[in-house]
Amino acid sequence: MAFDYVRAAKYFVLWDFITGFRLGLKYFFKPKYTVNYPYEKNPLSVRFRGEHALRRYPNGEERCIACKLCEAICPAQAITIDAEPRDDGSRRTTRYDIDMTKCIYCGYCQEACPVDAIVEGPNFEFATESREELFYDKQKLLDNGERWEAEIARNIELDAPYR
Amino acid sequence: MYEFFTTTNLGIALLILGQVLLIVVPLLVALAFLLWADRKVWAAVQLRKGPNVVGAFGLLQSFADFIKYVLKEIVVPAGADKFVFFLAPMTSLVLALVAWAVIPFNDGWVVADINVAILFIFAVSSLEVYGVIMGGWASNSKYPFLGSLRSAAQMISYEVSIGLIIIGVILSTGSMNLTAIVHAQEGAGLFSWYWIPHFPMVILFIISAHAETNRPPFDLPEAESELVAGYQVEYSSTPFLLYMIGEYVAITLMTALISILFFGGWLSPIPGLPDGILWLFLKMAFFWFVFMMTKSVVPRYRYDQLMRIGWKVFLPLSLAWVVLVAFFAQYGAFWGTYARWTTGG
Repeated sequence: MAFDYVRAAKYFVLWDFITGFRLGLKYFFKPKYTVNYPYEKNPLSVRFRGEHALRRYPNGEERCIACKLCEAICPAQAITIDAEPRDDGSRRTTRYDIDMTKCIYCGYCQEACPVDAIVEGPNFEFATESREELFYDKQKLLDNGERWEAEIARNIELDAPYR
Repeated sequence: MYEFFTTTNLGIALLILGQVLLIVVPLLVALAFLLWADRKVWAAVQLRKGPNVVGAFGLLQSFADFIKYVLKEIVVPAGADKFVFFLAPMTSLVLALVAWAVIPFNDGWVVADINVAILFIFAVSSLEVYGVIMGGWASNSKYPFLGSLRSAAQMISYEVSIGLIIIGVILSTGSMNLTAIVHAQEGAGLFSWYWIPHFPMVILFIISAHAETNRPPFDLPEAESELVAGYQVEYSSTPFLLYMIGEYVAITLMTALISILFFGGWLSPIPGLPDGILWLFLKMAFFWFVFMMTKSVVPRYRYDQLMRIGWKVFLPLSLAWVVLVAFFAQYGAFWGTYARWTTGG
């Protein structure tokens, strides 16, 4: 094989390095893609599956009818439900716990729910300082529902045509 | 007062201490910002913003990191040799700082104006390998040991070519004193510096400086993907900080050496403008930028490639260059460009 003079010359004038350096400089002056997180946030899909919430009807009545479909479908078995008839005879939960450390955010619970009671809202910033705080009970989930109702209702409405 | 600082032992000691602090403190403060700049440049090339939260533009990031490092727990491996384990990072930092004693920042602004300054720098930078080797050995663990072995081989290999390259400069100047070397480059500004007569060696020196200071693309002693972090694996908290500061001080020293040996130190590039310490800083900043950019654009070399470049390319080239320069200098070729002691450099 003949000696490749071009390649040898390129090796000795550091051709690869020079082209690489030029490319690096080009990128050095380009606008940056960084999203400055706590101050800037990326847009979220209406189907985003974040922190769970239990919703209420506009008249204040709980949506959940304790059918336990979510508990049954949950692949991580993170949901625990106890239920008994209320004084007026309607079936309601007395206990609705989600172990957020078990949850895999698959969204099956909200798919299974016949009354859109349990939903995964747009909130993803619910880090806690202790493990215990992530064992959500019914009250915490209802509070979440109250807090995120506007966003959740909007997301469900926007997504409805595609379901 | 003058008598006190020049004649009494206490006075001389205080004077030296003051001079040392005058170098070390600004150096370490500058280092904090260099670290920040390093990360910013690296981030910018990767289309990221880099640290921008602590202080304006993230300028205080290094100080936050400093506090973090110092407050962390020092973990010593059970099988480690405690004395050597802690001695190693200190050696690394102290030796990196000691070499600054002979660096002239301006005409006469030098702590130790000795006539074998370059030999001194050689000696100190050779000793720097010990910091790495001791750290790797004392950790009593596989990866640090492998990392330190690599580092030893690498630093020794490239020290040879750095030495030979500098011999060319010494031959041209006829002195090992760094101040004399800068004075020999006086004249027509930019064009009388050594980078023109010693051109190919400038590039070789910069590349060797990367290898000598374990800087990417020659950061094989650390090689995260292979050796986790090389000789630093077992180090945490302040000892790790010492290693890191030592590394960056060594790189800054290399930029200073490049500026002084080949780019006229404190001399101004344009004949009309006054010389001064600012020029040295500008040159060092420029070469730091080159170091930063190189870190972000060049992938890490394989170990055999590193050794091949060191022994089969750099060593023969620099050796041939020394012979060539000696020849040029002896017979006054190129109007005495290579023999400046004869033309009154």
